[in-house]
Parts: sequence; C-alpha cells; structure tokens
Amino acid sequence: MFTLETGSGFWSPIIWISVIVIAFLIMYILRGFGKKEYKEETEQVKSFLSGNPEYEKEEMHIKGSNIYWGFTESLKWVYNILRKIHTGNASDYVLWFVVVMAVVFIFVGLM
Amino acid sequence: MNILNLLIQHSPALIVAVPLFGAFLTPLISRVNEKVRNIFAIFVLALTGVFVLLLSSDVIPNGPRVYIFGAKDHTIPVLRILFEVDGMSIFMAIVSVILALVAVIYSWSFMKENSGLDKYYTLLLLLTASMLGLELTGDIFNFFVFLEITCISSCALIAFWVHEGEAVEAAFKYIVVSAIGALFVLFAIALLYGQYDALNIATLASVIQYTFLDKIALVLLVVVLGMKAGLVPMHMWLPDSYGRAPPSATIIIIGATQASLYGVFRVCFTLYGGIFRDMTLSSVSVGWIIVILGLITVLVGVIMALIQIDFRRLIAYSAVAEIGYIFLGIGVGLVVLGDPTMLDVGKTAMQGGVFHIINDALDVSLLFLVAGAVYYATKENSLNRMGGLARNMKYTTVFFLIGLLAVAGMPPMNGFASKLLIYESVYRINPILSIIAILCSILLLAIFVKVFHSAFLGPKLPRFKDVKEVPKSMLLAMGVIASLIIIFGIFPQIVLSNIVQPAADSLLNYGDYIRQIVSSFSGGM
Repeated sequence: MFTLETGSGFWSPIIWISVIVIAFLIMYILRGFGKKEYKEETEQVKSFLSGNPEYEKEEMHIKGSNIYWGFTESLKWVYNILRKIHTGNASDYVLWFVVVMAVVFIFVGLM
Repeated sequence: MNILNLLIQHSPALIVAVPLFGAFLTPLISRVNEKVRNIFAIFVLALTGVFVLLLSSDVIPNGPRVYIFGAKDHTIPVLRILFEVDGMSIFMAIVSVILALVAVIYSWSFMKENSGLDKYYTLLLLLTASMLGLELTGDIFNFFVFLEITCISSCALIAFWVHEGEAVEAAFKYIVVSAIGALFVLFAIALLYGQYDALNIATLASVIQYTFLDKIALVLLVVVLGMKAGLVPMHMWLPDSYGRAPPSATIIIIGATQASLYGVFRVCFTLYGGIFRDMTLSSVSVGWIIVILGLITVLVGVIMALIQIDFRRLIAYSAVAEIGYIFLGIGVGLVVLGDPTMLDVGKTAMQGGVFHIINDALDVSLLFLVAGAVYYATKENSLNRMGGLARNMKYTTVFFLIGLLAVAGMPPMNGFASKLLIYESVYRINPILSIIAILCSILLLAIFVKVFHSAFLGPKLPRFKDVKEVPKSMLLAMGVIASLIIIFGIFPQIVLSNIVQPAADSLLNYGDYIRQIVSSFSGGM
C-alpha cells in the first residue's frame, strides 16, 4: 500500500518519513547540548557588519531578480539566445510551429 | 435495472451534458442571485464528479464502455457518434473534474469583485464540458469539435481581465496558434477519412496502413497537439496565457492543456499503436523525436523560469518544464513499444507519464492558486516588490511550500513518485538523458526556493503591513489540492494500481480496446 514498485527498485514514503523524523529528533537532541546564553533585547541580537551601519530591515531584503545573479550571468550566452527566440510575436509562434512540423515531417518521412 | 446501473449506463452522456446544460443555465440563474449562481456552479461540477466516479467504478474493473448517440444500427454509421470510455479516458476525466471543481470553489471569493461573472461561470462550465467531451469521445471528428470549443472558451477566459491590455494580447496569440493548429487537425482527419471512410478511432486503428498520407496525418496530429500541450519551441503561447488569465481560470486551462496531452497519447498508442508495434523503426524514430523535444522542453522551461520576475509567468515556465517530463514518458514508451524484451521499461515509462499528468495538474494548479492568493492580498505580481508575506499569510505560505516541494519532485510529495518512474525508464534507454532530467528537477527546486525567499521570507514590508490571509473559500480550494498532493505522495501505490495502471494498460493493450469497441458496434449501448 505504501511502497511503489518501480521495476528495478522501490520507493517507500513511510521509510523516508521515518528517517527524516529520526534525523530531526537527533538534531533536536544535539541542539539541546548548545549553550543557553542567548538573551533577547541585548547587544547579542545586533548584527556585526565589520563596523558598517546596519540598514533598515526592509532595505536589506534581497529581491527576486538579485537571487542567482551569478548563475544567470555565467549563462548569459544561453539567455541571449533564448531571449531572442521569445519575441512575443504571434507570427513567430506560428513560425516555430511550422519549423517543428517540417523537421518532424523529414524524420518521419525518411523512416 | 436499478437506478444506479441506469446512471452508470448513461453516465458517459451525463458527464458532458450536465456541465453543458449548466453552462447555458448559468446566465439565467445569475439573474436570481450571485450566491445562488455560485452554489449552482459548484453543484453542477460536483454532480459531474459523481457521474465520473460512477463511470470509473464500472470502467476500471470491467474495461471500456461504449455509448452510442444516434442510430443503433451499424449500417448507417454516419448518423451516430460513439463515446468510448476506457481507463485512460476516465483517468483524464477525473483530473479535469477535480481541477474544475477546485477552480469554482476558489472563484467564489477570488472573483467576487469582478463584473460579468455570469459569463465567467458560463465559460468555466463550457470549458469543462468540452474537455470532458474531448476525453470521452471515440470519434476523431467529434474530438476536433470539442478541441475547438476548448480553444474558444479558453481564449475568452484568458481575456477575461480585459482591463489589463496584456490579457487581450495573450488571448489573441492563443487563438491565432489554436486556430491554425485546429485547421491542421481537421486536415489530418480529412486525410484519414478520405482513405478509410471512417471517423471512429477504434475503427481507424484497426484498418490503418501507415501510408504516406497516414504519416502526414500522424505528424500533423502529434505536432498540433504537442503545441497545444506546450512542447518547446511551440510553447510560447503558454506563459502568455497562463500568466494573464485569472489564476482560478488558469487551472482549468491547465486541464485543457492536459487534454491535448491525452490526444498525443491516444494518437500514438491507440490510433497508430498497431502500426508502431509492427513497424518498430517508425515507433523508434517518432519516440526519439518526442524524447528529444521533451528533454528540450524540460531544459528551456527550467532555464526560462529562473529569470522570471513575474510570479505567474515563472510558474507558467515551470509548467512547461513539467509537460516535458510527461513527453519523456510518452517518448520512451514509443521507443520501446515494438521491442518485446523492453516491455517492462515501456510499462514503467507509460505509468510514469500518465501518473505525472495528474501530479503536474495538482502541483502547478496549487502554485497558481497561491500566486492568485498573493495577488488577491497584495495586488502584486512582481517578485521584486514582494517580501515577508509569510508573516501575514501563514496558511498560503504552507500551501506554497507543499506546492514547491511537489513540483520539484521532492520526496515524499506526489511529484517524486511519478518522476522516479520516468527517470528510471529514461535511464534504461539513455542514462545521460535521465541525469539531465534529474538536474532540471533540482533546478526547479532552486527556482521555487528563490520565490519562497523573495515573496514569503524576509522582514515585513511596510506596504504590506495591512495584508491579511485570503478568504476561506480560497484556502479551502488550496487545501483540497494540497491534501491530494500529500495523499498521492504517501500512498503512490494505491493511486498507481487504481487509476494510473488501468490508464496505462488501456493504452498499451490497444488490441483489447479495438476488439471490445468494434464488437460492441452492433450491440447498441
């Protein structure tokens, strides 16, 4: 009922959930060994930014377009090609449809 | 005959007739009261759902059911239309009716402030009726008619937020590609009808010769239905449409996209199934074309999703990637179709592909509903202007997390089970393709982690200080889908053996389908 047979193996969500629960329990126990010196509303909670002033929290939220900047920058050449393809013109959409149809025609026709 | 048997016997007709009749009654009921209209729409779809369940209780254990509209006498076949319901048809009907019901529940609060809701609900019910008709019909011309109704009603729903100019533009693009595609489908049907003097799919499948004209018809049908399903590079209409339609309507349009996928399955495995088994080279070449296009779809969908800032467009590109996984399953199924030594691989691929249809529908729909909830609460679509919403919208955040994990194929969510079956079958024909597919899934996780961080985490932004959790009907709709995702994830074998396997078997054992249907032609209903 819980186990999915995949042909050459199996997948059991119950085993996976059990392992995760045990891992969390171990983590929680380990956390209990930590020092209990944290005090709210004291200097402890302030960020240390190498002496630089701390901005307002609202200004420090990383925006969506900044996340994975390095990844997109290194794949710039791929994005340049893909952006050129995604023109937003309905005529180009139809053109791609015709191109794919022509390619598939050739392959199926040859077989 | 008791009433239950009578209902089961007529349920193929009732499944289409009830939402169709409901669609035309909706404008009249709207004049009574808006609340009554909303209850009526929910009632109509719940009733349709009951008929789908009744029919599935008959079709899954007993095999295909044929329902004849028109003449019973098979000597005048032109005067009748046959609905042929097998495991695959009923599986698709279950997917469609779940999405439609959830969409109507969500719309209750989400669309409350909009005008013209009588038309909106009429279109929703019309789209549902056409999707269900498309999935149940056994007549290829009837399939074309329902495909056209699906296109027209989807187009009107995409343009529903007419005050946003981009919605009208997206609808225009959609109708252009759909209309051109539909003409090619009609041309393919004419090629088949001209040669074999038949429009019934089972009859055509039993006599098809794989002539040059049949090859043309095959290419036309697969490419058009592939385009309507969002196969790269013909996917560009999809982010425009999904991104601009009201999210409550988008999830039914997802159902319509899945119905086109059903068409690809039906064409490849039923209509041309016998030919592909006899002519292995043809099935291998068509299969490899679909595998390559499927993999490109996954890659392009994921890469483009990564740079999107508009929340709904980002989900739309990830939906493109998810469609690619289903095409991988179809492609592998075709590649190994004629090879008796690879039967188990074909079966695993088909099960994975079919299972991923329902998982993709649920996962992507949940994400769209969350995007709709965020838009409802903040009137924002741009991820750059969001942040800290988890502090005000706790339930929506939890639903997003469930959708995030499911769409990325993370265990123990439902997406993992179906993707595992696809990875394994793809690995057996080429390990590199499987590795690329797995990497793309990891990238999907990274993309939605970005969304989670930029929209839900971080400090509470001053402009969102008054933002509240969305109304209960929206939470209920999201909760229903999230619950199904978790149930399907924890009990994958139950879903697989009860609805997925009968669907995959009905496609793989195409001979049984043809025999049962052709033999029942002269026997009436």
